[in-house]
Amino acid sequence: MNRAAFLEISNRRCARVADVPSLRVEELASELEARTRDGWRIVALFGTAESATALRLIAVVARDDAGELAVASTVVGQRYPSVSARCHQATRFEREIAEQCGALPEGAISLKPLRRHAADHAPVGWSTGPRDREEYSFDEVSGEEVHEVAVGPVHAGVIEPGHFRFQAHGEEVLSLEIMLGYQHRGVERLLETADRQRATLIAESIAGDSVIGHASAACGAIEALARSRKTPRAQSIRGIALELERLANHLGDLGALSGDVAFHPASSYLARLRGECLNLLMTISGNRYGRGLIRPGGVAFDIPGEMATEIARRVDRLREDLGPVLQLLFDASSVQSRFEDVGVVTREQVIASGYVGLVARSCEVARDVRHDFAYGVFRFAQIPVAQAWAGDVQARALVRRLEIQRSIEFVSEQVSALPRGALRVECGALEPSELVVALEEGWRGEIAHIAMTDADGRIRRHKVVDPSFHNWSALAGAMAGNLISDFPLCNKSFNLSYAGHDL
Amino acid sequence: MLDLLRARLRQRVEPVSMPAEPSPLPARFRGRPALNGEAARSLPVIDLGRSVFAPEEITDRDHGAAFTADYSMATRTREALVMTDGELELAAALDARMRSLLGRSLRLRSVAAGSCGGCEAELTALGNVVFDMARFGVQFVASPRHADGIVVSGIVNENMRGALEKTYDAVGDPKIVIAVGACAISGGVFSESPEAKGIPTSIPVDLWIPGCPPHPLTILDGLLRLLGSRDAGPKSV
Repeated sequence: MNRAAFLEISNRRCARVADVPSLRVEELASELEARTRDGWRIVALFGTAESATALRLIAVVARDDAGELAVASTVVGQRYPSVSARCHQATRFEREIAEQCGALPEGAISLKPLRRHAADHAPVGWSTGPRDREEYSFDEVSGEEVHEVAVGPVHAGVIEPGHFRFQAHGEEVLSLEIMLGYQHRGVERLLETADRQRATLIAESIAGDSVIGHASAACGAIEALARSRKTPRAQSIRGIALELERLANHLGDLGALSGDVAFHPASSYLARLRGECLNLLMTISGNRYGRGLIRPGGVAFDIPGEMATEIARRVDRLREDLGPVLQLLFDASSVQSRFEDVGVVTREQVIASGYVGLVARSCEVARDVRHDFAYGVFRFAQIPVAQAWAGDVQARALVRRLEIQRSIEFVSEQVSALPRGALRVECGALEPSELVVALEEGWRGEIAHIAMTDADGRIRRHKVVDPSFHNWSALAGAMAGNLISDFPLCNKSFNLSYAGHDL
Repeated sequence: MLDLLRARLRQRVEPVSMPAEPSPLPARFRGRPALNGEAARSLPVIDLGRSVFAPEEITDRDHGAAFTADYSMATRTREALVMTDGELELAAALDARMRSLLGRSLRLRSVAAGSCGGCEAELTALGNVVFDMARFGVQFVASPRHADGIVVSGIVNENMRGALEKTYDAVGDPKIVIAVGACAISGGVFSESPEAKGIPTSIPVDLWIPGCPPHPLTILDGLLRLLGSRDAGPKSV
């Protein structure tokens, strides 16, 4: 197969829509199949109305170790030969296309709805009909003493809604199916129709624990289309905020993991230290999650000299307080015996299914947008990619520990030598008929925002792919063979976003 | 074991006193807006139920109007969230009977119904050693059967409406309902979405807590006002 069939692009560099190759759908399917066997993975595959009766499917693929990004497309009618029938990695994407756009891929493996909502991106001429939101058939395992456990959408703790259906034999989980969609808010449609100020607020609310990640990716796409170039100072402040967000979430997760194995000292100290990172974000932006900071063209708040000194001092204290707590957690044999060999994801699964972020890095698959598709401040201040190899709860905890240490160093370094420059630069009209892929390494993994403009320079399509979209099936797969009582621990070690998936 | 004790000695764990006065929040924190005389003419009405407290909502053009570090903003009615001429009527306590039932022990069930997860993160933070909601007798519980009320966050979309209603019905009478965050109150930044249905009228709300998400102190302050224990209760442990 000729590799020139895709157009090579770069993170946050625009391509003309007319230059994106338009393949036959069979060609696209076999090209995706060949590439996913050959070290590439699918970043996004989504639909956008091409005319009243045709849908354009756009595929974005990445080869992380070579830092390569490429795009191609195809035009299909309401019924078309399934892509996922050829390329397994396309399955979730094709389910999403069927639901969002009302297309019917023929011969697809599974067309179960992902989010259970009415099609909101279908070509106007297609009849898509209302959907019965209650209709959903779960896979069942039958046999003597096999039983089913249903949990959610309202869970025992204060967490987001989702439904988990276990097929179990005694304590042992045979399979787990996860039904989501309870946090659906119609995010993409809103991003495409709201004015820019409002769209930024919506991007901040895609996933409440990834405010900086999603807002930076959304603004990155808009800035590229407007040819707006942020100053080094704005890039540095965005980097600091992103790493503070990573710190807060990683610390919170390690605390919650400690809580799930009843190791309470670490759990309560880490919850407080998580709060300290949120408070640092609040000092900068006025909000504990960094809302209000990231704006098209730069940032809305500066870190003046005095504040930089204060942040440096508080980060030093965080480092000092944290050391003994992490040692306590990782040295406790009672904790390790609960973390090890539970919820294993293999390297082969990561590569076959295209998992991203810390799930990939915990099985020695070094995927990190900050390194592979470096952007903003990360082009100048490199953070080493943290990895572990075992793919279990312990490995995911270890990767978090390493990333905590590296993010602390990064923030310390950045606040002590903030570059000069304006906070915000002009970010005006968008170039017409262009497409841009903006990738950001959120704390869970790769956040992708893909924006397309029409001939008038208006947003025609704004696709969002949260890392959770890729990684939810990793959790489902990791549960098979584990004890049902280990599910909370296993779930927490992934800590995937319901909101980021449901959009 | 020695390491455990050493770590305990190192950690500074001090719950924030309530009411936290003066506000411990940083200068840039965006809490309850304040208006001076000039600003009252340019911004006569501010609906805290629609506000996501974004910096753009009040600008220099608004003649001295500003967000303040005041975190107290919860009200008993939806209408009270609409500030006119800078006035805000904060939540009054429940009646004597409800206070005697719930005043010293309130158990709540949280229902996220189409949110971004931000409000739930702050509800969880209420349980940590800093905010330590449990010292006031307030706790989140696993089952609505164990609860005295529910906390609703999110826009209430079609997929969650049934689960919300069932959860509410499963709580025994008398019960209270608390709406947390801009999404639950008005749809927030998602108000234009066809998915945003809002809390159904069959679920009457007793306490409205604005914010996106509300700061844990805003939530705690609202709860304590509702229980009538903000000034009477233990400040700290």
